[in-house]
Amino acid sequence: MSKELNLTLQVWRQDGPDDSGHFETYKAEKISEDMSFLEMLDIINEDLIENGQVPIEFDHDCREGICGTCSLMINGQAHGHAKATTTCQLHMRKFNDGDTIVVEPFRARAFPVVRDLVVDRSSFDRIIEAGGFISVNTGAASDANLTPVPKEAADTSFDAAACIGCGACVAACPNSAAQLFTSAKLAHLNLIPQGQSQRFERTESMVETMESFFGSCTNHGECHEACPKEISLDFIAFMNRDYVKAKVKNRKLAGQR
Amino acid sequence: MTVLDSKIPEGPVADKWENHKFSMKLVNPNNKRRFEIIVVGTGLAGASAAASLSELGYRVKVFTFHDSPRRAHSIAAQGGINGAKNYTNDGDSVHRLFYDTVKGGDYRSREANVHRLAEVSVNIIDQAAAQGVPFAREYGGLLDNRSFGGAQVSRTFYARGQTGQQLLLGAYQALAKQVATGAVELHTRTELLDVVLKDGRACGIVTRDLVSGEISSHSGHAVVLATGGYGNVYYLSTNAMACNVTAAWRAHRKGAFFANPCYTQIHPTCIPASDEFQSKLTLMSESLRNDGRIWVPDAFDDGRSPNEIPDGERDYYLERKYPAFGNLVPRDVASRNAKTVVDQGKGVGTLKNGVYLDFAAVIERDGEDVVRAKYGNLFDMYANITGENPYQVPMRIYPAIHYTMGGVWVDYNLMTTIPGCYSIGEANFSDHGANRLGASALMQGLADGYFVLPYTIGDDLAGRLGETVVPTDDPVFVEAEAAVRGQVDQFMSIGGTRSVDWFHRELGKIVWDYIGMERTQEGLEKALSEIPALEEEFWKDLRLPGSTATLNSSLEKAGRVADFFELAKLMARDALDREESCGGHFRAEHQTEEGEAQRDDDNFAHVAAWEWSGADSVQTRHQEELVFDNVALTQRSYK
Repeated sequence: MSKELNLTLQVWRQDGPDDSGHFETYKAEKISEDMSFLEMLDIINEDLIENGQVPIEFDHDCREGICGTCSLMINGQAHGHAKATTTCQLHMRKFNDGDTIVVEPFRARAFPVVRDLVVDRSSFDRIIEAGGFISVNTGAASDANLTPVPKEAADTSFDAAACIGCGACVAACPNSAAQLFTSAKLAHLNLIPQGQSQRFERTESMVETMESFFGSCTNHGECHEACPKEISLDFIAFMNRDYVKAKVKNRKLAGQR
Repeated sequence: MTVLDSKIPEGPVADKWENHKFSMKLVNPNNKRRFEIIVVGTGLAGASAAASLSELGYRVKVFTFHDSPRRAHSIAAQGGINGAKNYTNDGDSVHRLFYDTVKGGDYRSREANVHRLAEVSVNIIDQAAAQGVPFAREYGGLLDNRSFGGAQVSRTFYARGQTGQQLLLGAYQALAKQVATGAVELHTRTELLDVVLKDGRACGIVTRDLVSGEISSHSGHAVVLATGGYGNVYYLSTNAMACNVTAAWRAHRKGAFFANPCYTQIHPTCIPASDEFQSKLTLMSESLRNDGRIWVPDAFDDGRSPNEIPDGERDYYLERKYPAFGNLVPRDVASRNAKTVVDQGKGVGTLKNGVYLDFAAVIERDGEDVVRAKYGNLFDMYANITGENPYQVPMRIYPAIHYTMGGVWVDYNLMTTIPGCYSIGEANFSDHGANRLGASALMQGLADGYFVLPYTIGDDLAGRLGETVVPTDDPVFVEAEAAVRGQVDQFMSIGGTRSVDWFHRELGKIVWDYIGMERTQEGLEKALSEIPALEEEFWKDLRLPGSTATLNSSLEKAGRVADFFELAKLMARDALDREESCGGHFRAEHQTEEGEAQRDDDNFAHVAAWEWSGADSVQTRHQEELVFDNVALTQRSYK
């Protein structure tokens, strides 16, 4: 039989964006160590409903660590203390019997609270719309093997593309900066041949859109520590270099070496 | 009996799509902007359709209940996507992919649709690569392929274990490009609650803003439903928590026939549930069966830990029963055999609900490092979820619902039986027959969205130039909105004692027990009496706290579970009427002496398409006969 935990939770409750919000204390009893953190919240919600109270709203969907929907600051850490883990994959065996756990939404000005633990991360979509794509209309593609991509470049591009857009990097950053997200999305495309023709236009546009929503990067590195997909800080350096190039490049003469 | 018109073009199967493309009417490029198209859902099918339609010049409105289009559940697909590129020079071709897919579907799909799917599969790979989708590559920089799901050629393109995420990001980014230009109007956290018809034709939808609770109407010249499958009717499945049948079902209630609901696919390698409150099941890639050996103890209720059970007291039941294929038998065969041994009381784990998948032999043969290189991420995932180390203790696995082949009936143009209403991707029933092959779901979603619907939708719209959209204050919208509000208010006013999740869990147990891996007449009849009883209780005893004017996930779930109840009854009815076994539908009464699925081609080589005839009456079953001119029907054998 698996171990059971009795826990005290302090959970942020907030009726809507204009409400000031407050902590509520809940008891979570006889929680199996095999449960995920979100299943523990499911049980608290079942109890709340049974007692005629309003359940806690939180974002979640795939519950297998890939969709990027779940969030939460758990004891002050984005997705909790486990390394390279989303909240939905954080299991209760990582906690001890008798623990008090503080649960808050991701906090950033660019991520306003919708309700309780749910925040609005649509600013990330705005950054993608600014240039996080390769403009190839459906049907316009040539044969896939016409453009070889050196394996090392393809692999690095993939490392960047592994970002799930959860926003933990922003939540963990003391400045609420979105450099890790933006640089991952940008590097994915800027590192491969298919992404070259829009490279500098993309960089300028994505970075400046990012700056209109988020704070500035001062090299704390907290974003990487919190990232469930362990996206490398190197991509931020790559983005900064490309941004400088974008600002000095005469794009009308992009073909000139 | 109504004969369904599938509108399959004339001519040899290999020419049908080409000829059809030429014979379809076109909308002049300058006139496309006069048409408004509503796309619901932003997974692979929805996002790719919305992007492609808007690139063509149509005005597109996109709706998703997620906070961003990129969250759709296509993102969780692991394995890969098939494409008949024959880059590996191993004899693949469009015809072979077509043949394999029809055969894999156990001869219950339309030849014409499947051939078209195989034809456009090559274009999908090109499109995705051009978008920057980081498919695996070889050292020369060209694309790598692997064989997948028992295919005898290497035609599967993949992106580590996250092919779905990378393809969805490609489609999402193409969509984002169109949103930025203003060509697409994007509505997030907005759920479809009804499809609206005027004079028999789809003219728009009614939605609920999940944040403000506002119910509103949106009109268009065509409505496209790309809203995924209904696997969550089982409660526990590998689907994401919010996956549901609501959009498809509400279209069904308005006249869209629902086809083959009993065709559901079980994935054999999932992590078994650990307790009653488990919220979903996690899939472990099927590739694990390439090297793992599946077994259970010989003894009933063997309490020993697996490593203490000597080899002579283990039953490697797949290797024993199927010496040629062993642990690599197809999904349905592996799943049913696991059920058999667990039902016999030989299940393993605390809840006795799994079988072992053991890597000791391959670790001894190749070393732990080789195994780590191949499956490291899967082993880590397993260890994280179960707290057990699969390098030392065998994994525990059990089948779970993974995909649904049934769905909204569509003709060759992907139009439902409601004129002007289309269904694409997993939401429709079209291409997989009774069983879907591995790496074919991503292919079909993107085929429909990128390369089929953008052509076929024009054929219908071309004749409607000058028609204006129905204004949203038209009585048809006013009435539909009132009905939606009525249902919301009804949910809130029940004032019972049980949560939505409780009802969903109970429903799931019935559906899994009686309409799961193995169905019997007796079980299905039981389902048809137990589901309505539970449904009645749902409408009497549901408790919904909170308000209708804020984010209220219980309220969202209530509508979805209400639709699951109605769907579950239809699944049971469909499974009962289909007196044969085929693909994912296994009727215990219809099996060969070897225990394999036994089809009845004389009586059941048809699609069953159900017509809604009111909440209180049995739905009407229509048949679309399937014609096989190019593929000979054979009986599968894996001995």
